[in-house]
Amino acid sequence: MFKKVLIANRGEIAVRVIRGCHELGIATVAVFSDADRAALHVSQADEAYHLGPASATESYLNIPKVLDVARRSGAQAIHPGYGFLSENARFARACSEAGVKFIGPSAEAMELMGSKTRARQAMQTAGVPVVPGSAKGLSLDEARELATRIGFPVMIKAAAGGGGKGMRLVRTAGEIKSAYETAQSEALRAFNDGELYLEKLIENPRHIEIQILADEHGNVVHLGERECSLQRRHQKVVEEAPSAVVDQDLRGRMGMVAVQAARSAGYSSAGTVEFLVDSAHNFFFLEMNTRLQVEHPVTELVTGVDLVHLQLRIAAGEKLPFRQEDVALRGHAIECRIYAEDPENNFYPSPGRITRLMQPSGPGVREDSGVYEGWKVPLDYDPMLSKLIVHAPDRASALARMRRALDEYFVGGIKTNLPLFRRVLGHPDFVAARIDTGFLDRLLAAPVPVAESSNSLADVAAISAALFAATAAPSAANGRRSDDSQKVSAWKRAARSEGIERL
Amino acid sequence: MIYEVIIQGKTRHVELLRAGSGWELKLDGKAFPADIGFPQPGVLSILVDGKSYEVKQQITSVETSIVIGQERFSAVVRDPRSLASRRRAADDGHGVRKITAPMPGKVVRIAAPAGTEVESGQAVLVIEAMKMQNELKSPKKGTVKKIIVSEGEAVEAGQVLAEVE
Repeated sequence: MFKKVLIANRGEIAVRVIRGCHELGIATVAVFSDADRAALHVSQADEAYHLGPASATESYLNIPKVLDVARRSGAQAIHPGYGFLSENARFARACSEAGVKFIGPSAEAMELMGSKTRARQAMQTAGVPVVPGSAKGLSLDEARELATRIGFPVMIKAAAGGGGKGMRLVRTAGEIKSAYETAQSEALRAFNDGELYLEKLIENPRHIEIQILADEHGNVVHLGERECSLQRRHQKVVEEAPSAVVDQDLRGRMGMVAVQAARSAGYSSAGTVEFLVDSAHNFFFLEMNTRLQVEHPVTELVTGVDLVHLQLRIAAGEKLPFRQEDVALRGHAIECRIYAEDPENNFYPSPGRITRLMQPSGPGVREDSGVYEGWKVPLDYDPMLSKLIVHAPDRASALARMRRALDEYFVGGIKTNLPLFRRVLGHPDFVAARIDTGFLDRLLAAPVPVAESSNSLADVAAISAALFAATAAPSAANGRRSDDSQKVSAWKRAARSEGIERL
Repeated sequence: MIYEVIIQGKTRHVELLRAGSGWELKLDGKAFPADIGFPQPGVLSILVDGKSYEVKQQITSVETSIVIGQERFSAVVRDPRSLASRRRAADDGHGVRKITAPMPGKVVRIAAPAGTEVESGQAVLVIEAMKMQNELKSPKKGTVKKIIVSEGEAVEAGQVLAEVE
């Protein structure tokens, strides 16, 4: 086993991997940008090294800088987390050239599965059902021609894409130019690769994915599915395992296809094969993610398997410690992704200082967080703060447990999407598991039901507002943090005008 | 001290008097017996006739609100003696509507330059923050009067970016 591992990432996933390493007695090396000196992963790791400016291309995406830290610190392996360099085959190759083990699949497998277009071709060859569309990158004119032929609506997607970036829905021919250009500029920014392809839109599908694990000795298993249909702008928001519509038979068939996909790519480490499932339970290969997924904890909870430990063991050359028939699902797990964004105002990002953080705990509650009270969430990166995950014997009790955990959760100082989860978890269709990838957008388009608050609650709120105003320290109205006094931020100005308004 | 609290569109009068280590409270002129605790800054514990409420104050860049359990109340508090708080912000008027940045970020694209005729809801600017591009839409049908920022410029929350007439 490795003695020291570098984590080429930030936020909650860096903290998650650090924890997994420490549990296996592995020393950890963190890296950070100018914006992240005070970030949680830096203080949690055994060693931490500065990479560069906040811009990801000059820090977390900068291969020479990351490898230089690996060399200086003596790390034997690099865990890339998700995002950033995790699906960059050039990085995997550079690692092996530098004599550092990349914790993930081979560069060849990544190139094959990481390119959405090549993966589609490979899956078609292997007889795996795929969504109709192009199997290669397209120019705007080609995209328009193909879309007209297979029929609108279509999805334009970045070949190097992931996390919903560089992806646009096109409903009519008139929208295609603007969508193509926006998707391309977003793809160039996020992945430094503007190749786009196109797929027919399957209306109201479920998004269900299979977790696989493969070692370097040819053993491949699947760990069942995750239901990830709750998405906004193609970003997953709530995930669960197992899916309410996947029975033993469908799980077996999807699992077999996923294992076959991994085998045909010569895949090793943890990976995810994503499918769209239509209302008749037909499934279509969507893409393979050649990394640890954000939502991996729900699989960990229902299978009892630690995916980070196994990634480390597989990378160290060990064999999978169990076989397919040993995998059993127990209970039900749900994850909510907590984002710093305002669900009442178009989901605009809401970076800033976390002035109060009250986190849930107790039976069946797990939180994978990358933040702490007093930390200032930078505006330079993804707005995900934390993942709240619950586990219970069945779906109904998992829902009740998540509602309870959400009641305990409070984040002060910035806006978060916590209120959204309360709406989602209380919706009769969600409770009945009647969901598809359009569920959240429809819910958000509907008017917010105005819950009639009891008079006594409004009374308490009025009393409280006055008490807060009366007991606010005078300094609270004039900029809350002295360490900010150098640069007057919009946050502080807003806090000031708020303070003035209150007096 | 008497405070005017606007909550749920209603103006309430809250009278606060320190009484020993606690508070004597009146709501709209009527006594409101309650036991007040301050477990940590920004959090109140209020006991009213045995009922326990944990109340949190939510201050963000855009507004202040009061959170009790899953309920959130936006609240504006004024000390009625203060004349300054009576001043209301000047109205935009004359059919000119401003587009302001809802968050700090960077202008990546100007979709409708000055002089463009726009529909209500049509994108005028695109700003990027936290790796997502967000279209800022015209609040009305009209003509883009001016664009106050340029592509690539960093903007702060609340900054006026464009005007539509």
